[in-house]
Amino acid sequence: MTRDTHRAIEAVWRIESAKLVATLARMVRDVGLAEDFAQEALLAAFEQWPETGIPENPGAWLMTTAKRRAIDHFRRDQRLERRHEQFARERESQQQMAAADLEAATDDDIGDDLLRLIFVACHPSLSIEAHVALTLRLLGGLSTGEIARAFLIPEPTVAQRIVRAKRSLAAAHVPFELPRRAEFASRLASVLQVIYLIFNEGYTATAGEDWMRPALCEEALRLGRILAELVPEEPEVHGLVALMEIQASRLPARSGPAGEPILLLDQNRVLWDRLLIHRGLVALERARALGRSPGTNRLQAEIAACHARAQTARETDWNRILALYDTLIEVAPSPVVKLNRAVALAMATGPAAALESIDALVAEPSLRNYHLLPAVRGDLLGKLGRLEEARAEFERAASLTRNARERELLLRRAAGCQKRDG
Amino acid sequence: MTSQKVDKHMRFMMLMIPKGYEKATAGSMPDAKVVAEMMKYNKSLQQAGVLLALDGLHPPAMGARIRFSGGKPKVTDGPFSEAKEVIGGYWIIQVRSKEEAIEWACRSPLSEDCVIEIRQVQEMADFPPDVQQAAAGFAELQAGRPA
Repeated sequence: MTRDTHRAIEAVWRIESAKLVATLARMVRDVGLAEDFAQEALLAAFEQWPETGIPENPGAWLMTTAKRRAIDHFRRDQRLERRHEQFARERESQQQMAAADLEAATDDDIGDDLLRLIFVACHPSLSIEAHVALTLRLLGGLSTGEIARAFLIPEPTVAQRIVRAKRSLAAAHVPFELPRRAEFASRLASVLQVIYLIFNEGYTATAGEDWMRPALCEEALRLGRILAELVPEEPEVHGLVALMEIQASRLPARSGPAGEPILLLDQNRVLWDRLLIHRGLVALERARALGRSPGTNRLQAEIAACHARAQTARETDWNRILALYDTLIEVAPSPVVKLNRAVALAMATGPAAALESIDALVAEPSLRNYHLLPAVRGDLLGKLGRLEEARAEFERAASLTRNARERELLLRRAAGCQKRDG
Repeated sequence: MTSQKVDKHMRFMMLMIPKGYEKATAGSMPDAKVVAEMMKYNKSLQQAGVLLALDGLHPPAMGARIRFSGGKPKVTDGPFSEAKEVIGGYWIIQVRSKEEAIEWACRSPLSEDCVIEIRQVQEMADFPPDVQQAAAGFAELQAGRPA
């Protein structure tokens, strides 16, 4: 039985498209054009491979075909120019150079090209929504429809976003090169932020939703792993991969049979994916081995690793987690981190000190509508026997969350406080 | 652009069945050139972000088989004369379709008459809810905690 050629071509495309677009983008210096030429090569594959069979080296076939299309494109432009009365010599010589470049261009380090593409997709001149759409499209090979379903937004919105982003890059003449040394760290941080955003969108998807959403976790993990091989000297990349592997290990345990969310400490740890935990710990070790003082990704991964190593919730090393949060607060002090630290403090020393530590957070403007703040306060108050106050906090938390299932969980906790009264 | 029917990410085990491995003597190792080619391939899987795990296995001459028959297990030391094909190693990859797994397998640098068998890994979500419940409860028992 022969391979279904159509599906085989789609599989080849998923493996090769990012590298193809990356190399073409370096050659033609325009991401939009690069994608067009790549798509033309794909079209040619769909036309020819059913007859000729899948070539020995499908990636090379696509590359050669796409390059030919690109060269034809620039030559055609030249001929059109000659028909005009006005004749911009500058334009002509530029196009001659481009065509010559293309013909001479070798397959430079594909890794470098891929890295350039990632950085261009996450260029600071674009919005984060554009970063996400371009990354998933150019590096993930996802269709407009798939991106739309994954983020619960209309397909035309995604299509427009991508078109505008490409135009914006072209208009700004964004060079297709790696960021300079001085900017590398902050540009890399942007890329990591985009990947983690994609991961979280998938991680917080609830059971029963379009399967495209949890697939985002796997897509983000794949992109993170690719990046870890492209810039293995960057500890924060390994830190992020470690964090994602370990978080992803919990996916099978995060929701109950009715789709209700299950909190970390209540999860059935036997369902945690041990392979992913192992991979996460290996990635964490790679981050540590680079020996620099830990960044936020690595610290968050260290905290996740503490949970992963505990066979049961009771065995969790809360003192270590607390120490890690203390370091995290020094590196990246944020109200959310302080809140998470309070949870660890409560587990390590008791609810009273923890409650005190977040008194200041109640006035924090950025947390005003953050449902987890009253949820944590409710939990701590409940543990201190202050049930009436706890109930009020849980009800407040329920009113702040947009997630229906979380709201149910919080209302149930509120009701739980009431029952124990009197 | 294409009418892509992308499936949820799936895990596949690629089982490598090298020709003649059933006859390999204890402690036999592949030659350096073969190893180098395989390392290059493994690296390509890693660089693509699809590799989850891999291992090579010592030949059956160093192994054993336990046959269950009539309720009693019967142990036989390798090599196994009746075996025509044995597993030499495996990869576990995470891809978006069976076709993608097939494409990766096609790219492996295996020599004449070697075989790769591709099998999809079962995930909890593949099973109906009652089976999932049972599996979760059973697993709890095994871990020594009340279900």
